[in-house]
Amino acid sequence: MMEPGLYHLLFISAALFFIGVFGFFTRRNLVTMLMSVELVLNSVNLNFIAFNKYLWPNKLDGLFFSIFVIAIAAAEAAVAIAIIINLYRSHHSIDVENTEELKF
Amino acid sequence: MNDFLHIPILQVLPPGWDLGWSLMLIPLLPLAGFLLLGLFGRKYVKNSSGIIGTTLLLVSTALSLYTAYGYFFEFGKVDGVYQKIIPVQFTWLQFSPGVSIDMGIILDPISVMMLVVVSFISLMVHIYSLGYMKGEERFPTYYAFLGLFTFSMLGLVMSSNIFQLYFFWELVGVSSFLLIGYYYDRPSAVAACKKAFIVTRFADLGFLIGILILSFYAGTLDFNTLIERLTSASAPEFQSAITSSFLGVSALTWALVLVFIGGAGKSAMFPLHIWLPDAMEGPTPVSALIHAATMVVAGVFLVARLFPVFSMSPPALDIVAYTGIISALFAAVIACTQTDIKRVLAYSTMSQIGFMMFALGVSGQGGENGLGFTASMFHLFTHAMFKALLFLGAGAVIHFIHSNEMKEMGGLRKYLPVTHISFLIACLAISGVPPFAGFFSKEEILLAAYHHNAGIYWMALVTSGLTAFYMFRLYFRIFWNRSAIVHGEHHGEGGFAMMVPLVLLAVGAAAAGFIPFGNFVSSDGKRPESVFHLEFSIAPVAIGLVGIFAAMWLYKKQNDRAAAIAKSLNGFYKAAYHKFYVDELYLFITKKILFNLIGRPAAWFDKNVVDGLVIGTGNTTQVISEKIKGFQSGKVQQYAIYFLAGVIGLAVLFIYVWK
Repeated sequence: MMEPGLYHLLFISAALFFIGVFGFFTRRNLVTMLMSVELVLNSVNLNFIAFNKYLWPNKLDGLFFSIFVIAIAAAEAAVAIAIIINLYRSHHSIDVENTEELKF
Repeated sequence: MNDFLHIPILQVLPPGWDLGWSLMLIPLLPLAGFLLLGLFGRKYVKNSSGIIGTTLLLVSTALSLYTAYGYFFEFGKVDGVYQKIIPVQFTWLQFSPGVSIDMGIILDPISVMMLVVVSFISLMVHIYSLGYMKGEERFPTYYAFLGLFTFSMLGLVMSSNIFQLYFFWELVGVSSFLLIGYYYDRPSAVAACKKAFIVTRFADLGFLIGILILSFYAGTLDFNTLIERLTSASAPEFQSAITSSFLGVSALTWALVLVFIGGAGKSAMFPLHIWLPDAMEGPTPVSALIHAATMVVAGVFLVARLFPVFSMSPPALDIVAYTGIISALFAAVIACTQTDIKRVLAYSTMSQIGFMMFALGVSGQGGENGLGFTASMFHLFTHAMFKALLFLGAGAVIHFIHSNEMKEMGGLRKYLPVTHISFLIACLAISGVPPFAGFFSKEEILLAAYHHNAGIYWMALVTSGLTAFYMFRLYFRIFWNRSAIVHGEHHGEGGFAMMVPLVLLAVGAAAAGFIPFGNFVSSDGKRPESVFHLEFSIAPVAIGLVGIFAAMWLYKKQNDRAAAIAKSLNGFYKAAYHKFYVDELYLFITKKILFNLIGRPAAWFDKNVVDGLVIGTGNTTQVISEKIKGFQSGKVQQYAIYFLAGVIGLAVLFIYVWK
């Protein structure tokens, strides 16, 4: 069994990132879009961890950064869900297609 | 007590005459009246506001008289020379170590004399207005404005700094504006107050520039220092002011002429006189106070205040003299043709101020030469008495007949006996009939002119004949001419309040001439030699009597003689009746020339270039935003795609282009 290298991890991270971006662009359900954003964030976390492990194995900076990202992602999820709930109350829908009032 | 306000006493008054605070109270009491009545008058003290204003001014007048007594008889004189005393002064605005705007009080013969005149006449007008303005809707406002005016005028005459004087100068302009426009529901009054303000402001521009030039060369704004530096031939400031020149005229002369333009505007000298006749739209007591006795002589006062400097520049003095005599003659001719009694008095005021001006213009500094100066101040003093009396008398007539027009009047001597007698005294005084006040002061002016310049003397002599003629034309047309036509019920002469000032001023107009004025006010503070020459008086008195008898012949009884004479002088009469078309000339210059040549191009530039830039910026922004606003669709995912495209674009740039 081959030990996974830096490039494997980067490949997975890139794949996760684009899956997230693709999901963000194509899904119409706001909760799904929020999940896609989480995917993007996690791909970034993976990048931090991978670089930390393979380039500077004696340091912990990457680890701490990813912990920060997780914490902030949790806060961001709370805000996003609050927005979604409010949207549901006023529009009776969480479809992003119905939220087009903020335009010219 | 003085430490509390940090007011250094520059020149300690003698013991027992520590006047600092009471001197400050003289102008501050009317100011208190203005604030009190202006803020609370209409709501709380509507009916007693006149009494409040008058009482405050009464205290002020008493303090002025006390100060005058102290100055002239007790402490003012040191070794036979009246001193300039500055009992109160504090720095208000410091520019550099030498130059500052100070607020101070100066006591010298002319300021003390003016204090008495201003506070006394103002008191008379306050009392008179108690009767005249009774029942007016804006009675408290009227008294508030009177208080403001009195404050400003008292401040003006006591100013120790030329900039301080300028402040008060503008303040009297504002109060004059407010009082002319008192009947603001009459369009003519509104037009008149605007005209007065604009014309005097225009002239004040000259004054301001004059102040700046003077202070630039003298390096100070303080009157005493300025006069000291600009009058001693050896001082470097004087040398630089006299040697630097512009258009072949020395800087000193320029500065003085510009200052004089300000004075001429305020004192209604030709050709800046056009506002004064229109200013008669104000209430009559106001005309008596502001446009006859006090504010309009501010220009004369200004020239007198700076007289030592003026006397160093003969060209500037000549301009003062010729402007004065031309105004005097010009106004006297117009006054003979007017039919509105207040306008006759307005032109007469202009003419008399012309006398004061040219008296200053023909005067020299010190000793026998200073006769013109003393005469001018003397005439200012007596004129304030009899001209205020004339206006207040005219007010009583207008109050009775409800019209300003002569043709409505006639035969009123039976109905208005007190007004009749006091008006007659004032007419005799202004005509220079001995022994009334005007005789003495006019004699001195004519004498000064005679010694200096024969041309001015003869013109002045003619003017004084005309003066007698038009004053008695007025007198006979109002009180004689025909039997009175009184419509319906009339209410007599007006109350006690209106009679008291008339009587007091009549006493003043009759007796003020006996004051040995030269002993108190002279150009150098010393007592001049007695210069009264009896034989010299024959010509002026004779020509005055000729004027009086001519008026009597024409106007005492109803007849056609006056109309016939007017007809035979057709063109000239018409021109004089229309005030020599000066107003029309101004309108032509402003409307036709200034508006078309400067106003319209400036408006075009503003509309097209300045506004064009602003509007163009707005329009461009609008067009661009119209084009690109489609980007903002409201679709969140579309925005995200633009964002991603941007990020990718930047990434490409950073990775491949700006390595």
